[in-house]
Amino acid sequence: MVQFNSTSLDASFAALSDATRRGVLAQLGRSDASITTLADQFHMTLTGMKKHVQVLERAGLVTTEKVGRVRTCRLGERGLGAEAEWIDAQRKLFERRFAALDAIIEEMKQEEANGPAGE
Amino acid sequence: MDQQVSNAAGANPTNVERISDREFAVTRLFDAPPRMVFTAWSDPSLFQRWWVPKSATGVSLVSCDMDVRTGGKYRLEFAAGDQTMAFFGKYLDVVPDQRIVWTNDEGEEGAVTTVTFKDQGGKTLVTYHETYPSKEALEEALSGSAAGLPEQFEQLAELLATAEA
Repeated sequence: MVQFNSTSLDASFAALSDATRRGVLAQLGRSDASITTLADQFHMTLTGMKKHVQVLERAGLVTTEKVGRVRTCRLGERGLGAEAEWIDAQRKLFERRFAALDAIIEEMKQEEANGPAGE
Repeated sequence: MDQQVSNAAGANPTNVERISDREFAVTRLFDAPPRMVFTAWSDPSLFQRWWVPKSATGVSLVSCDMDVRTGGKYRLEFAAGDQTMAFFGKYLDVVPDQRIVWTNDEGEEGAVTTVTFKDQGGKTLVTYHETYPSKEALEEALSGSAAGLPEQFEQLAELLATAEA
């Protein structure tokens, strides 16, 4: 069961406002990964990726564990990866709908500009 | 603090925002006055042309009955592959060019959806706001298993989201 409270939601949504971090969550939804792997995958420096992971970790979306020299990242236990994906899917769905709605509104504007049919 | 997940592409970004533990909202600006956006939302022949974008491969809107006035009903039937599904409910409040409020009755704990059309100097700010009856109901929706909503709904959303324009 996913639990929400306003403080953790603030942190989660700040964390989710970044495309790279959403990508990292999607990747960790498929498999655990080291920071090095994630940095390579997203074409970033190790330091840059560490910062992103820290933001996700503070939001409770990701947990990390260091074994030897390797820090492994996995999705946080609260399953908020699912929440992130859901929000992202909603956004994509409405982007597509609204792009189609823009096209229809353009048509309506054209019709109004041309005046009533038959004139 | 930035709680919004927005799209940088295009002049008019679509924002999705969690408002509380049982509400979320989508906002978007349109380059047309409210009466025009309201018409595109309330005329079934126009509505069915954008609610399910044509390029969404495999998903089609089979029928679209909408009686957009307070107390009126709607029923949308979709087909995806050999599966079909229906979405239906009632319009609780309709004020032309300003707002449409409807129920989503296909599930046991369906959301109430409010769309408002706000004039912003000849443009329209559309806010699409869903309120679930309980925190649990939204959690169910988030986890993709809302009561009574079949798996197909998720597949439909996925299809719509992934099909390229």
